[in-house]
Amino acid sequence: MTDAFIYDAVRTPRGKGKADGSLHEITPVSLATQVLEAVRDRNEIDTAEIDDVAFGCVSPVGEQGAVITRSAILNAGFSDTTAGIHVNRFCASGLESINIAASKVKAGEADLTIGGGVESMSRVPMGSDGGAMATDPAVAFKSYFVPQGISADLIATKYGLSRDDVDAYAVESQKRAAKSWEENRFEKSIVPVKDVMGEPVLAHDETVRANTDMQTLGALNPSFAMMGEQFGFNAVAIQKYPEVEKINHVHHAGNSSGIVDGAAAVLIGNEEIGKKLGLKPRARIRAAASIGSEPTIMLTGPEFAAKKVLARAGMDKKDIDLWELNEAFASVVLRFMQALDIDHNEINVNGGAIAMGHPLGATGAMIFGTMVDELERSNKETALVTLCIGGGMGTATIIERVN
Amino acid sequence: MTYKTISFDVDSDGIALISIDVPGETMNVWNADLIEDFTAAVDRIAEDDDIKGAVITSGKTTGFMAGADLNMLGGVEASSMTEAFEQAFRLNATLRKLETSGKSAKDLKKGMAHAKPIAAAVNGLALGGGLELVLACHYRIVADHPKLQLGVPESQVGLLPGGGGTQRLPRLIGLQNAAMMATSGKPTDPATAKNQGMIQEVAPAEELVAKAKEWVKANPKTAQPWDKQGFKFPGGGGAMDPRSVQFFMAANAMAQKQTNHNYPAIQYILSCMYEGSIVPIDTALRIESKYFTKLLSSDQTRNMIRTLFVNKQAAEKGAARPKDAPPSDIKTVGVLGAGLMGSGITHVTVKGGMNVVVLDRDMEAAENAIAYSKKILDKNVSRGKTTKEKAEEFLSKIKPTADYNDLKDVDLIIEAVFEDPDVKADVIRKTEAVIGEDVIFASNTSTLPITGLAKHSSRPEQFIGMHFFSPVERMPLLEIIPGEQSGDRALAAALDYNRKIRKTPIVVKDVRGFYTNRVVPPYLNEAMLLVKEGVKPALIENAAASLGMPVGPLALTDETSLSLGWMLVQSTKKELGADYKPTGVEDFLETMVEKLGRHGRKSGGGFYEYPEGGKKYLWPGISEYFPLAEDQPSAEEVKDRLLYAQLIPASHCLADGIVPDPKSADLGAIFGWGFAPWTGGPASYIDTIGLEEFVSKADSLAQRYGERFHPPASFRDKAKAGDKLYAKAA
Repeated sequence: MTDAFIYDAVRTPRGKGKADGSLHEITPVSLATQVLEAVRDRNEIDTAEIDDVAFGCVSPVGEQGAVITRSAILNAGFSDTTAGIHVNRFCASGLESINIAASKVKAGEADLTIGGGVESMSRVPMGSDGGAMATDPAVAFKSYFVPQGISADLIATKYGLSRDDVDAYAVESQKRAAKSWEENRFEKSIVPVKDVMGEPVLAHDETVRANTDMQTLGALNPSFAMMGEQFGFNAVAIQKYPEVEKINHVHHAGNSSGIVDGAAAVLIGNEEIGKKLGLKPRARIRAAASIGSEPTIMLTGPEFAAKKVLARAGMDKKDIDLWELNEAFASVVLRFMQALDIDHNEINVNGGAIAMGHPLGATGAMIFGTMVDELERSNKETALVTLCIGGGMGTATIIERVN
Repeated sequence: MTYKTISFDVDSDGIALISIDVPGETMNVWNADLIEDFTAAVDRIAEDDDIKGAVITSGKTTGFMAGADLNMLGGVEASSMTEAFEQAFRLNATLRKLETSGKSAKDLKKGMAHAKPIAAAVNGLALGGGLELVLACHYRIVADHPKLQLGVPESQVGLLPGGGGTQRLPRLIGLQNAAMMATSGKPTDPATAKNQGMIQEVAPAEELVAKAKEWVKANPKTAQPWDKQGFKFPGGGGAMDPRSVQFFMAANAMAQKQTNHNYPAIQYILSCMYEGSIVPIDTALRIESKYFTKLLSSDQTRNMIRTLFVNKQAAEKGAARPKDAPPSDIKTVGVLGAGLMGSGITHVTVKGGMNVVVLDRDMEAAENAIAYSKKILDKNVSRGKTTKEKAEEFLSKIKPTADYNDLKDVDLIIEAVFEDPDVKADVIRKTEAVIGEDVIFASNTSTLPITGLAKHSSRPEQFIGMHFFSPVERMPLLEIIPGEQSGDRALAAALDYNRKIRKTPIVVKDVRGFYTNRVVPPYLNEAMLLVKEGVKPALIENAAASLGMPVGPLALTDETSLSLGWMLVQSTKKELGADYKPTGVEDFLETMVEKLGRHGRKSGGGFYEYPEGGKKYLWPGISEYFPLAEDQPSAEEVKDRLLYAQLIPASHCLADGIVPDPKSADLGAIFGWGFAPWTGGPASYIDTIGLEEFVSKADSLAQRYGERFHPPASFRDKAKAGDKLYAKAA
C-alpha cells in the first residue's frame, strides 16, 4: 500500500475558552482558515493540488455547523476543487481526521490531503449539539450513561489512584509544558492567531501555570462529587461496577483538561506528490486504529486502541520511543501507564491538556504535530499518539520519523 | 342511546352533563363498558350541533375515578402487538377526540376550527385513567378537599399512564413535575395541582358543576394549549432545549439509581416524555400507547399486576377466610405484653379503629405501649400529618393495666409476651380464666409452634398464631398460623382483625419458622458464606441491590444483629442436637461476634461501620480476618447465589404446603422480607423463567456450592411435565 507521509504540521496557540480568553473574538472558521493558510503558505503549495481536507469539530452547530471544513477552505481562498469533510469522533476528532486524510492517500483515492481540527469552546460551548447519548432514556439506560468526570473518578477509584497521585501528575504536566515553551519546543508548529486587522492576538498557550504545586491543587474542591451524588450518576456507575462501594472523587479543574479555543492542521501526501512539489517528508503514518470500549468507565479506550494499533503494525510496546495520550483527566493517563507499564519519562514529555487545554475537535491533530516535532528534536524514531473518547472509544496512530 | 355506566343530560343551554357511575364497582374505573359508553358520548358531543359543550363529573360519592380496571388490563389477550396496540390506543383516541371535537390539529392550530368546551367537575379522587380523563378536558375544577388525591400511580404495578398522562401532564406542569409524579406514582393535592398548572380552579364540592357549566357557557370555542399556535412546554421541552437536556440527563440517572434497571416502566415513562416532547401530541399519544402496549404484554407487568394488585387486594379482603364463619365484631383487643411487639401491635390496633387493653407485669411496663405510640404520634404531629387533639384521642384508646381482670370484656386477645413456652403457658392460663368463653386467643410468635402453645389452652379450637414483623407499624405482612386444632372461627377472626389493621395476610402452616423465617436465614447465610469465601462485601451488597432487594443482606444482618444470628445458631444446635444441619456460617458468626465484637448496627458495628452523624460504610477491617479472594466472582454469579438462596427455600415451602399456593408465596416474599417486587414474587419469577430453567440453574448451583441449592422433587416433575406453578388465568 502507498505510504502516507507527513509533510507539515501546524497549530494555533490555545486560548482560554472563556469570554475573557484571547481567542474569544476570533470565529472558529477563522481559526480553521488561519491554519489552512499557514499550511499553504509555509509550503508554497498550489491549493489545486490538495484533494481533500478533513477537520474534526465536536460541537458542529451554529457557526461550527454545516461542514465548517468546507467553509474554512472557501474562506482561506483555496482552489474550488479542494473538498472538505467534517469529522466527529468526539475528543479524537483531530486524530481521526488525520487518519482519514492519510487513509485516502494510502488507498490511492487522493495524493495530497490535510487532516486537522478546530474548536472554539468559548463561542460554541461543549454539548451545544445535544444528542441522544445522555438524554434519550432508551440510550442512557442501556449504556449506563454517566458524564466523563464521573468516569474519570471511577477510573481513579477502580484502579486505586489517590487524589495525591492525580494532583502530582497535574503538577508535572504544568512543569513540562512550561519548560517546553521556555525551550521553544513548539516553535516549528505554532502559528500565532491574527485578528480581523491582521494583527497578532495570541502567540502562546494561554492556560499554562508554571507555578502550580501540590498546595495550590490541594485547595481545589472535587468537581464531580455533587453531580455524582445528587443526580444519581455515582449510583449508575456502581451499578455497572458493583465491586466499587463508593466513588472517590479526585478530579477538579486543576487535574483535568482545560477548556480552550484552537485549531491545527497536518499536511499528508504520498511520496510522488512530495517530490513533485519539492516537499520533504518528516514522518510517515505506520498504522492507525480505533476501538470501542465499555462506555460507563468510558475513558479507558486508549489502552485497547494502543494494543490494537501495535498489533496491526506488527510492533511491540518496546518499539515505541514516545507516547502521547491526551490528558483529558489525570487518571486517564495514569491508568494507561499502569495498564501498559509505561514510564512517566516516555509519555506526554512536553506536558499536555491539563496545562495547555483541550480544544475538543483540534486536540488530536495538535498532539500529533507535537510528536512529529518531538521525534525530530529528541532524535527518536517512533511515537504512538492516542486519545480517550466519549461514549467509550479510543483512537491511536503510530508515527515513524523519516530521515 | 342508552348507557350502562354514565348519564347524559343536556340542559337548556345545550350543555351536556355526563355523570359517570359504573355499576357494580365501589369506585369508577375504566372498564370495557365505560370505554364504550364514553366513546359514544364523545362522538355525540362532537356530532350533535345542539350540544354546545359538556361537563364531566362522577355520580359516585367515593371519588371521581380510580383509574383503569386492572383485572381487565391484566386479562387482555391480543393475537398480535398491532391488535394490542389498537386496544390500548382506543382510550387515547377517545380522549383526544374529547379535547378536539374531532377537529384536526392543523385546523385547530390555524384557528380554522375550534373544539367544543369540555370541563371536568372533579368531585373526588382522580387517579390514573381518571386523572387522564380530567387532563383531556379543557377546564379542570376540583373539590377543595385537601386530602383529595390527583395522581398517576400506574408505575407501581409496572405500567405507565397510558391515557395521555405522559403527554398532557408535561405539557401542563412541565417535564420535571410530570416525571416526578409519573415515576413515583405519588398523588398530589388540589392546591399543589393548581399551583403547578394541572388544574385551573379549586371550589367547594357542591359548586363544581355549576361553575364548570359557567365556564363552558363563557367559552364556546376553545382548544387545548398544545393545539394552539406557538405552544411551548412550561420549563422547556424537546431534544435541544438546554433545560430539558439537563433534566433528562439527571432524570435518567436518578431513575436508574432508584430502579436498578429492574422496572422498564420507569424508563418507558421517561421515554414517552422525551420522545413525546419532540413531536406533536397526536404522534406523541401513539408513542405512549406503543410503550404502554409493550409493558402490558410483558410477563413482568402481568406478574406485578397479579401479585401487587389483584392478589394483594383479594388477600386483604379475606380471600382465605372460611366463608361460613360469622363475622367477628372486634371493638376491643387485649394485647398481652407491652414490649416492642406488643406496643407495635397496640399501635396498629388503635390505628385500625379499635380500643386496646394492654397488659404487662406492672403498670410501668404496660405504659411502655403508650410511650411507643406517643413517639410515633409526636413525629406525625410535628410533620403536620395529624393534630395534637387527634393524637390525644388516639392515646386515650389505649388502656394499660397489670390486672388480668381488665381483660374480661375484650373481643380478641393477642399475646406478645417473651418467646418462652413457660412464660406463654402461664399467660394463656391466666388470660383464659377471665376472658369471655368465645374470645379468640392469638399468639404472636416467630419461633414457637402454635400447636405446642395451644396445648396450654383450654379452648385450642379458639387458639391461633399471628406472626407480626418488627417494626409492626411499618411492616406490611401478617403471617396467620392455624394450629392443628384451630377452628374456622379462629381463622375468620384473625382475618377480620387483619382487615381492620390493613396488613397483607397469608395463612401458613405451623412449622418451625413458618414461611418467611424459613427463607430469610438461608439468604442471609449465603451472603455470609460469600464474605467467608473472600468475596468483596461491596460486590455482595451491590449485587443484592441489582436484584431489586431493598437493603443488602449484610446491612440487613447488621440490623437484625449478628449476635442474634449467633445466639440462634447455638440455641438451634442445642434444641436439635444430632439433627442439626450445619449451615457453614457457624464459625464465621462466632469469629465476628465473639472474637471481633462485631454485633451489629446497635452495638459495635457489624459488616458496616456507623460513624456518628455520617453515612454507614463497609467495615474495611473484615478483610484482615476474611481475606479478599484474588479471583472475584462475576456480579451475575453473586446475584444468582443470593437469588436462589431465596428461591430454593421458598420453593420447598411451596412444595411442602407450608405456604398454601403460589400467590401466598409471592405475597409473603414481597411484603414479608422485601423480595424484589419487580418479579411479582418467587413463584411468579420461577414461572416466568420457566420451571425447566429454574431446575437446571438450581442443579448447577447445587453442583458447585452444595445441596442447599437442590430444588424440590415435585418441581423437577412439574418441569418435566411442562407445568407452571400458577394455574393459567390466576
